[in-house]
Amino acid sequence: MLELTPKTVSERSALRINPCKTCQPVGALYAALGVHKCMPHSHGSQGCVSYHRTLLTRHFKEPAIASSSSFTEGASVFGGGSNLRAAVKNIFDVYDPDIIAVHTTCLSETIGDDLNAYILEMTIPDGKVVVHTNTPSYAGSHVTGYANMLAGFIRYLADPGTEKNGKTAIFPGFVNPGDIRECNRLLGMLNLSVIMFPDQSGVMDAPMTNVYAMYPEGGTTIDEIRALGGCERVLALGHLTCEEPAEELKKKCKIPYTLLPLPIGVAATDAFVMAAAEASENIPKEIEEERGRLLDLMLDANPYFHDKKVAVYGDPDTVIGLTSFALELGMTPRYVITGTPGEAFTRHVNALLEKFGVADCTVKAAADLFELHQWIKNGPVDLLIGTSYGKQIAKAEDIPLVRAGFPILDRYGHSYMPIVGYQGAIRLAEMIAGALMDRQDRDCADEDMEVVM
Amino acid sequence: MCAQILEERQESIKLAADYKAAPIRCDAASVSGAVSQRACVYCGARVVLNPITDAFHIVHGPIGCASYTWDIRGSLSSGSDLYRNSFSTDLQEKDVVFGGAEKLAAAIDEVMRVYAPKLIFIYCTCIVGVIGDDVEAVCRNAERAWGVSVIPVKAPGFSGNKSTGYKMACEALMQLLLPHKDQSRNNGVNILGDYNLAGEMWIIKSYMRETGIPVVSTFTGDAAYDRLLRAPTARLNVVQCAGSMMYLAQRMEEEFGIPWIKASFFGVEDTSAAIRQVADLAGTPENRRRAEQLVSRESARVTRLVAPYYTRLAGKKAAIFVGGGFKAISLVRQFKEMGMKTVLVGTQTGRADEYEVLGKLVDPDTVILDDANPAELESFMREKGADILVGGVKERPLAYKLGIAFCDHNHERKHALAGYEGVENFTREVNLSINSPVWRHVRG
Repeated sequence: MLELTPKTVSERSALRINPCKTCQPVGALYAALGVHKCMPHSHGSQGCVSYHRTLLTRHFKEPAIASSSSFTEGASVFGGGSNLRAAVKNIFDVYDPDIIAVHTTCLSETIGDDLNAYILEMTIPDGKVVVHTNTPSYAGSHVTGYANMLAGFIRYLADPGTEKNGKTAIFPGFVNPGDIRECNRLLGMLNLSVIMFPDQSGVMDAPMTNVYAMYPEGGTTIDEIRALGGCERVLALGHLTCEEPAEELKKKCKIPYTLLPLPIGVAATDAFVMAAAEASENIPKEIEEERGRLLDLMLDANPYFHDKKVAVYGDPDTVIGLTSFALELGMTPRYVITGTPGEAFTRHVNALLEKFGVADCTVKAAADLFELHQWIKNGPVDLLIGTSYGKQIAKAEDIPLVRAGFPILDRYGHSYMPIVGYQGAIRLAEMIAGALMDRQDRDCADEDMEVVM
Repeated sequence: MCAQILEERQESIKLAADYKAAPIRCDAASVSGAVSQRACVYCGARVVLNPITDAFHIVHGPIGCASYTWDIRGSLSSGSDLYRNSFSTDLQEKDVVFGGAEKLAAAIDEVMRVYAPKLIFIYCTCIVGVIGDDVEAVCRNAERAWGVSVIPVKAPGFSGNKSTGYKMACEALMQLLLPHKDQSRNNGVNILGDYNLAGEMWIIKSYMRETGIPVVSTFTGDAAYDRLLRAPTARLNVVQCAGSMMYLAQRMEEEFGIPWIKASFFGVEDTSAAIRQVADLAGTPENRRRAEQLVSRESARVTRLVAPYYTRLAGKKAAIFVGGGFKAISLVRQFKEMGMKTVLVGTQTGRADEYEVLGKLVDPDTVILDDANPAELESFMREKGADILVGGVKERPLAYKLGIAFCDHNHERKHALAGYEGVENFTREVNLSINSPVWRHVRG
């Protein structure tokens, strides 16, 4: 596997090999699936949406609906206005969503389609909504597209004139339905009244019922998005994912926001729980006990984590969270990369490394898995933490891999389970310890084999 | 019929009984706004060429097109695994404004400085044409500078549908083969349109070996540069997936005078017919004798093996939604062999002549549809009471949600489905899914 990857790292400025990101529209599509009775719509060639639906289906093992403007040669010369008008009419006629969330593609961006004008001029049935966002595939990554789609919903819908509702808005970040459920559970224990936006739980982990619901029961409702304008505050999880939508809501409706890391590991979950509770006396005993159980596990298993060298890769906020937890476990990150461009990532990771006194770690944004592989050939690690796309490296170099992040295409059940919160950290710690200890069992001499570890 | 059908889609859906009156509308662009299961021109070109194992496949465009097609197809290699990497120019905003040709040239140079490839494909995606990159010129210059084949694949997504992409891939292959036109003929065959998913090309090759007919070249399952170049020497082209490769077969007939046949290796009946046909057309009496031996031994063996399953499957109803029409035809026959009835059959890119065959093959009350969307699939599978759906990745969770069994006959097939071995695997999979113990808990 990958035997052609040379050990010598050569300068590359034009060639991307084995990317650690994909393009904006799929992130926008995923964000839109977190809105109830929403049809995500891709304004471009039909291949785009086919790829995005396939990728989401492969990760979530769920149907992922979306429609396409189905550009032809004509549309790409004369503009896609008539395609979009026909599409919106057809979608409302046949699929009957409450809302259509349009995102652009590299093609419609390059030919200069003006979505604002198209949507302003089109006839939209009473009570129905069409929103859009710009997601040029040649800038940022799928994470950028996710953020842009949230900002798009806010721009169209969040209502500054709405009544104050005293609620806290939660932007959960680019995470799995299982993570959103876990956030909701913690917030419920804190008796906090929230609007979760978006909310793919109940959509991308809909139960088997013998019925195919094109629009499952989950998702943030249009009214809830409107009511974001009347919230007391926003907790935006993920500095690099949720700042843009939080800023948009602040600009439009003057709602203050607190930007927090994704609650992965002890400190980040502490920060989330504290921010949500506002005062430590509001934190119920059950949550403190969960935290205590996590610390108990971390202590029990600590010899197995200690000083293990690890490479973490994936989406920026997920990677920051996983790196933070790896450091808390006593592991030593050697390579920390994301494919998404933006130097804020390296600043965040370097700050964490400094806090734990770890030097000699390569941190890079806009990186790819080919260079990660080359680095590992020159300085090996004990563990990989990241998406399925690291499995080739894991096989080539015989390194255990703990799967976390997006996408995971080769395992089942992961999207139901959290990596956020204290429970998510317990799950991660179990997976990491299990991977390292399985390896020790596999590699040790017969005489060193222990039943008790 | 189903209430939820777009007016524009009415002509793309028929009952077999109505087929004679007016042919189905197919090979047309998808309707704007439809939740189509279809892919694009680039996708078609990419799936055809990607199995060429020792080529560099460089995607010229923004990152998405490269990342969505990275190592997804399950085409196996007996040699290089270079094709399992993802190479692209990852175009950025400034490239879109100022043009991406320079970056493409630099990317090729970066490949050449580290590796010694013989063959590079450059895939042009949607925006490459729009921003006006002269990719052909970049390829020509690179060929001159480095002395390797650098072939552009013109596959902007909007320029047609997946079938157009197949054609573009075939054009690229012809560009590779034409300079090697003048070679002497030998006795072998080329196998076209098999992509060695789960090792299926190896199964077909094993039949050829046993029959005594040499396989010169394979398009493109487990293909490699040196072997591809010998393709013009073959006596016969055997086309398995006609949708993707018929055009190449036609072009090779024009340019090299190689005759071709369609042959399907799905199902006992079709596999046996294919083996006999190849031996008849490309072999000696001795080859034919050996083919007969192979066919009678293997069909008896596999018929015996699958017989116990058939009692559990008889009378069950199948729905088929696959990429091409030729495969759909084979599957209908295969289900007949299994005692099952096909109640719905559709394709993403089937052609009119294939739909005509399907119309005659299935029962009069079978629904035939082109370029279906999930709502249509759902409503017809319900209406017809399908027990199993055969399809691809996007259809799997749809079927399961409806409480219908599923078998992947696309990129995510878990076992080889071609040849006699494939009949056994297919039967097992269909049985496993239809008779899974999980259903006891979900059907009440």
